[in-house]
Amino acid sequence: MFPPVPNPSTGPQNPKFGENDLMRRSASSVTPPAERQTEVAKLIDVSKCIGCKACQSACIEWNDTHPEIEENTGVFENPHDLTPDMFTLMRFTEWENPETNNLEWLIRKDGCMHCEDPGCLKACPAPGAIVQYSNGIVDFVHENCIGCGYCIKGCPFNIPRISQVDHTAYKCTLCSDRIAVGQGPACAKACPTQAIVYGTKEEMKKHAEGRITDLKSRGFANAGLYDPPGVGGTHVMYVLHHADKPEIYAGLPNDPRISPIVEAWKGVTKYAGLAVMGVAAVTGFLHYMVNGPNRVTEEDEEAAERLTGDRSS
Amino acid sequence: MTNSWTDIKNTDLVIIMGGNAAEAHPCGFKWVTEAKANRGAKLIVVDPRFTRSASVADFYAPIRQGTDIAFLLGVINYCIQNDKVQWDYVKAFTNASYIVKDGFAYKDGLFTGYDEEKRDYDKSTWEYVIGPDGYATVDDTLANPRCVWNLLKEHVSVYTPEMVERICGTPKDKFLKVAEMISECSSPTKVMTSMYALGWTQHSKGSQNIRSMAMLQLILGNIGMRGGGMNALRGHSNIQGLTDIGLMSNLLPGYLTLPTDKEADLETYMSTRGFKPLRPNQMSYWQNYRKFFVSFQKAMWGTAATPQNSFAYDWLPKLDLPGYDMLRAFELMNQGKMTGYFCQGFNPLLAAPNRKKLTDSLSKLKFLVTMDPLDTETSRFWENHGEYNDVDPSQIQTEVIQLPSTCFAEDEGSLTNSSRWLQWHWPGGTPPGEAKNDNWIMAQIHMRLKELYRKEGGKFPDPIVNLDWAYADPNEPTAEELAKELNGKALATVYDTADPTKVLAEAGQQLPAFAALRDDGSTTCGCWIFSGCFNENGNNMARRDTSDPDETGAYSKWAFSWPANRRILYNRASADVNGKPWDPSRKLIEWDGAKWAGYDVPDIAPTAKPGEVGPFIMNPEGVSRLFTRGMMRDGPFPAHYEPFESPLGNLVAPNIRGNPAARVFKGDLEQFAETASEEFPYAATSYRLTEHFHYWTKHVHVNAVLQPEFFVEISEELAAEKGITGGGWVHVWSKRGSIEAKALVTKRIKPLICDGKPVHVIGIPLHWGFTGAARKGFGPNSLTPFVGDANIETPEYKAFLVNIEPIAGPVA
Repeated sequence: MFPPVPNPSTGPQNPKFGENDLMRRSASSVTPPAERQTEVAKLIDVSKCIGCKACQSACIEWNDTHPEIEENTGVFENPHDLTPDMFTLMRFTEWENPETNNLEWLIRKDGCMHCEDPGCLKACPAPGAIVQYSNGIVDFVHENCIGCGYCIKGCPFNIPRISQVDHTAYKCTLCSDRIAVGQGPACAKACPTQAIVYGTKEEMKKHAEGRITDLKSRGFANAGLYDPPGVGGTHVMYVLHHADKPEIYAGLPNDPRISPIVEAWKGVTKYAGLAVMGVAAVTGFLHYMVNGPNRVTEEDEEAAERLTGDRSS
Repeated sequence: MTNSWTDIKNTDLVIIMGGNAAEAHPCGFKWVTEAKANRGAKLIVVDPRFTRSASVADFYAPIRQGTDIAFLLGVINYCIQNDKVQWDYVKAFTNASYIVKDGFAYKDGLFTGYDEEKRDYDKSTWEYVIGPDGYATVDDTLANPRCVWNLLKEHVSVYTPEMVERICGTPKDKFLKVAEMISECSSPTKVMTSMYALGWTQHSKGSQNIRSMAMLQLILGNIGMRGGGMNALRGHSNIQGLTDIGLMSNLLPGYLTLPTDKEADLETYMSTRGFKPLRPNQMSYWQNYRKFFVSFQKAMWGTAATPQNSFAYDWLPKLDLPGYDMLRAFELMNQGKMTGYFCQGFNPLLAAPNRKKLTDSLSKLKFLVTMDPLDTETSRFWENHGEYNDVDPSQIQTEVIQLPSTCFAEDEGSLTNSSRWLQWHWPGGTPPGEAKNDNWIMAQIHMRLKELYRKEGGKFPDPIVNLDWAYADPNEPTAEELAKELNGKALATVYDTADPTKVLAEAGQQLPAFAALRDDGSTTCGCWIFSGCFNENGNNMARRDTSDPDETGAYSKWAFSWPANRRILYNRASADVNGKPWDPSRKLIEWDGAKWAGYDVPDIAPTAKPGEVGPFIMNPEGVSRLFTRGMMRDGPFPAHYEPFESPLGNLVAPNIRGNPAARVFKGDLEQFAETASEEFPYAATSYRLTEHFHYWTKHVHVNAVLQPEFFVEISEELAAEKGITGGGWVHVWSKRGSIEAKALVTKRIKPLICDGKPVHVIGIPLHWGFTGAARKGFGPNSLTPFVGDANIETPEYKAFLVNIEPIAGPVA
């Protein structure tokens, strides 16, 4: 067994990371800290997961959310998708292995992967709504969020969800509030089989190696670690029995990458756009200098009255 | 459990059959995960459905519900045929060599002595040949054709892999793979653990399902071993405690039995409970029965229990029937013979079979009292909830009194888990509203009754007015006071019988353990097996020391494990005849030339010499039983019987329907669907889901979110045949009732081919009702038959017949 994160003391504690440890901040530039904090990670061992949903209930309780009691639609996923009130979800896939003809019930805990190269953050136009700490955690800062939904477009895993109540985006925080005071994520704490473990990224990779050896000894020749390089690696990783086909686990992307549109937007387009804006501003100024300020004519007034109709009378 | 949850980490092979540990016991399942991850242990799951446990198994084999005995006797047959037997263990530690009486036989599904009228056996031939010395006759060479081993060999020979496939629907290659994996554990250095639960108990032959596996485990030499054993996963945090404390209509605490009508006095009662050894030198520990019994009587009636009045023997109720179990209670209500019902922490409207009969029965009561932390369906049985509880309150005159009680997290006390650990707990919150703890409620009822009896007399006031009630506050005995009473104390100085100068306990002191109990009235003890839980060392149940020398998994200083803080029962059998561990890496205890010692409390007298005293000290034989003599109602060997409602006739005994010794009430027989019924063609089963606990957690918002609404599971094949779509509504009905549910169409259920014919399985989870936070729904008990296990009357919830059709959905 992986040694569980010990219970912390109950006295007041100073957070282990904060503003000074920001590596990235959406739509703004930050000076990254001179030294990175040790990278953390959560490892989800799909082969040990029994689909009990203890992680989901711990997530609801720790984050104090109130998901809706839905209907049964003939599946085991409840709620039926990630929601602004459900940051993690067990996804169940019944897969018939063509090599063995055996049924495999693949159960994957879905949620934010905490990408090293976070597409959500890159897509976000609101300054400081999404931040990345140097330990790898990608967090949403709700008071800065404008609810535009660009983070959803930017996410290669389709994770964030916009709340219809406060119009801001929600996702797993990797329990940044717990980790800041030396506790592990709530889901890892609740997991009865240690399918979810938490520690430094290096420890997690090492632990995964042992698990993969065990799986290979049980005939899963393609067992492996899911730490996709397309997003610079992730701070939530999976041990998969069939790492050669991640897509069988309820559509886990085979080679996730940030959408080219987002990359383009934040790359070339951003500068091109700024240039266009600059040109427009300069044009406007020149127009003023040449033609003077715009005046409201009588025709303009009449047109406005037609548009507002009876309300003016 | 013979072993403990923590011990499962020591196993080489886990077989989950008759249970679904990952689903119903996710926290305990962690020890399976540990065994797999750290020892490379393998996991086999045998189940009609591909369950959550199966999702992490190394091998899964399907089986038709209600055919486990055929499967297991098939494995025993395989082990015998392929010489996969732990011979030294079987010869020394089982009754394989015992000679059985000449009259005993098994033919056409029946054992000798069957009385069709009574649905019962004359068991007089189910016995050993007793020699002139008064001991059972044995043949150590196993040559005698009448020895248990040869009878067993003959008995299981019909269960060939082909027969198993025909009965169980388990493809022969899959059965053989399971049998082969299991049989490897006949090596003294390989051990299998059996994890089972209600998937085995809830059958009309539930006890024999479990016996079949126990016999297999004995043949493999896995009982008493670290990482082995028969491990019943209890479905409730304190259901082990419930049975230990004797909350059954025929039991007293510590598995003592209530007297029957025929046992009018103490000596008659004791005459059948002497348990004289059946072999020389054997401990036959039940010889101490009188000490346990008298000490219990002293705990009940204190100074009023005297040698002169046979320790108040007359004040115990005497049974006129084998028992007043739940099924009989409802039968009596239905007949109008039982008019009042106390329902403490129990929701029978959803937990007992044949819901319509239950509602009818409760409607005939004069009064119903419920004591529960939740607003149960039983408390509201009279209230109309549309189709979910379609009753007419104006026609029900039963007076219902609801007494809100605290839940386990709001009070102090101990819970006994599957591992037999008594674990003390402290309140984590304050009870809401007017909720009161059960001790207070019971004390109030007792005090009022006592007062009424004192004032008005009545037919038989003695047991009530003389009940020992010496609590600091008679209105509310504390959990500590009750626990101390269960442990027992000395009323006079208790001396060591071996050394009379040695004092075991001074008068007034708590007893150290049950070895100090006496039958002269000088000790008191509420439950002998719990003795030691709260002695002069303090509250041992509250111990929280996680040390575990050499990581054996014993954790001997955590809480208190009955009996005597022993962690693995029959641990003497972990060593060979000479007292050396079969597997040194699995040492539990060892004979050091003078005494037994090791990691666990020896399950034998510490100085009992190996080779003389057998390891199964509770049995008068000193060995374990492959043949149970007359101790079970339905046979000394298990035999395959179909469920009372079955899609198939009995292939090994075509004339037998159901378990011939199971009790069936008259009106219920007509309510069973006929065998291979065209009207009810599908084999249904019921079970739990991990998201919920019984009918409790549907009252909790979070759990209701995770599994919101009632559904039934069916195969893709059946869905296609009936035109049912996943997420659509279906109507499911049996001969007794009907339900409506959402359909979950899955690859995890496949039609089984039994005797050449496809059998479709329908899975019905049990967590919904009409009170609470989750959506209103039905339970499987609207459909299930009113029949129980032949020995202990656990209802047959796991195998019954239904029909199914798609519907448009209920009108909103």
